[in-house]
Amino acid sequence: MKSKKQVTERLVHGVFLLLGLITVGCVLLITVYLILSGLPAIREIGLFDFLFGKTWKSTAEEPSFGILPFILSSVYSTAGALLLGVPIGFFTAVYLAKLAPPAVKSFVSSAVSLLAGIPSVVYGLVGMLVLVPAIRKLFDVPDGASLLAAIVVLAIMILPSIIKVSITALDAVPKDYEDASLALGATPVETYFRVSVPAAKSGIAAAVVLGVGRAIGEAMAVMMVSGNAPNMPSLFESVRFLTTAVASEMSYSSGLQRQALFSIALVLFLFIMLINATLNFFLKRSKEK
Amino acid sequence: MKKRKAYIGVMYVLMAVSTALTCGLALFLMGYVLIKGLPNISWQLLSTKPSYLSGNIGILPDILNTVYIIVASLLIVIPLGAGAAVYLTEYARNKKLVAVIEYAAETLSGIPSILYGLIGMLFFCQFLGFQTSLLAGALTLVIMNLPTVMRTTQESLKTVPQSYREGAFGLGAGKWRVIRTVVLPGCVDGVITGCILSVGRILGESAALLFTAGFAHALNGFFEALGSAGATLTVALYFYAKEEGEFEVAFAIAALLMLLTLLINLLAALAGRYFKKRRSQ
Repeated sequence: MKSKKQVTERLVHGVFLLLGLITVGCVLLITVYLILSGLPAIREIGLFDFLFGKTWKSTAEEPSFGILPFILSSVYSTAGALLLGVPIGFFTAVYLAKLAPPAVKSFVSSAVSLLAGIPSVVYGLVGMLVLVPAIRKLFDVPDGASLLAAIVVLAIMILPSIIKVSITALDAVPKDYEDASLALGATPVETYFRVSVPAAKSGIAAAVVLGVGRAIGEAMAVMMVSGNAPNMPSLFESVRFLTTAVASEMSYSSGLQRQALFSIALVLFLFIMLINATLNFFLKRSKEK
Repeated sequence: MKKRKAYIGVMYVLMAVSTALTCGLALFLMGYVLIKGLPNISWQLLSTKPSYLSGNIGILPDILNTVYIIVASLLIVIPLGAGAAVYLTEYARNKKLVAVIEYAAETLSGIPSILYGLIGMLFFCQFLGFQTSLLAGALTLVIMNLPTVMRTTQESLKTVPQSYREGAFGLGAGKWRVIRTVVLPGCVDGVITGCILSVGRILGESAALLFTAGFAHALNGFFEALGSAGATLTVALYFYAKEEGEFEVAFAIAALLMLLTLLINLLAALAGRYFKKRRSQ
């Protein structure tokens, strides 16, 4: 009787162990698949020509597969989105975490949650019909579908992550720090910006890095507003990103072109792993404090 | 003194402008989409399927596909995610292993959906031979939502008092019995929260579904649909806006999605408040 019970216990333990390892399995599966499917094209094209080639003509007679335009577009759009989104998110977060009256705080928080919940295709749709024509008129360019449009859309889309993670970091600042500063005669605003913010800087850095990850990984919204031509990036040119390069040609690709798309995915994956490692670094440091 | 006052003033202005911008953007997006979309929602649109012959556009298949894919994903992801959480909080002793599992979960939540779409296509559609189907899409979404369900369940398991477990062990219960009777009931909160969050994410997902679940608009029953390709609401929105230029339909779908997003946010807030209250009692 006892041995039967022991067998059940062992069995259950084993099942739960398997379930526990499933995330690890998924990560391994994804990594192995991306590497295996991404390497052949890189080997054929040559790593240097692939990463630093300036022209992407995947369907031409003599195709060329240079993804520098995609890499730079992704980097520039992310940088632009941070430039716009981080200050707005940062100041909103400080206000919400420290100064806002409860009613305002709960209203703005639900607005932030709404921004976080809106599907990316809806951002894309509104961007297509509001932002793109606005850019065309405002800057007098032939087509508003451009890097700039993508930057604005991304800046809005990363706001919720930046605000939420920054608020968590600011909430975790020990009240003693703030009390000490207030007791020394600093005003609340001075205290929050000169004591609380520096104390929460690892957490805020994590918020920014999370925003980087979101921005570089977004596909659908930017695909709808950026025009999708494989140009070298320029603010008012139509551009294509690492994500949209994969998405836009996948349905009709074949042969080396298809393999090159997998290689682009591998490059994107490496970017994301780098960002994840940075994120983890900051999160760990903010927890240790 | 003047400098200090100026500093405070500038900071106040920056905070006010930023907060107003954030709120304004959310309100504008909601208002714009609802105003443009709601008038285009009709019974005809909601209850028919598209037909090239009559030129009719209906989104009933897309609505059903979305429901199917949500149901299928949740059915699979809940046992997997909750099981993983139980392992981490109840069984795992090896700190290194726990760290590896948690790092893997964080990595999964950072991977962009377009990469999930690609992996789903390579692994589920091609390697396992599911073709482009709702099942392949649902399985892809399972991997995406695994970290969410795992994390929320873990949070709720941490709130089950250690004394309950010790009491059960003291009465002579085996580990599995303690888990069944004490631990699992305690993770209901987390599973429900995880479900709400996952539904929100699945509803808004499009890039991961483009190459796994496809574009078709056929009207099918649940099991039939799992084996065939089908567009969810978001994919249909993308299709109508970008490929067909049918902006009225696109906005109708967008308005529908916006209402559902609001509903899910409301549910998540209510659930959070309810569970917090129950725990403090």
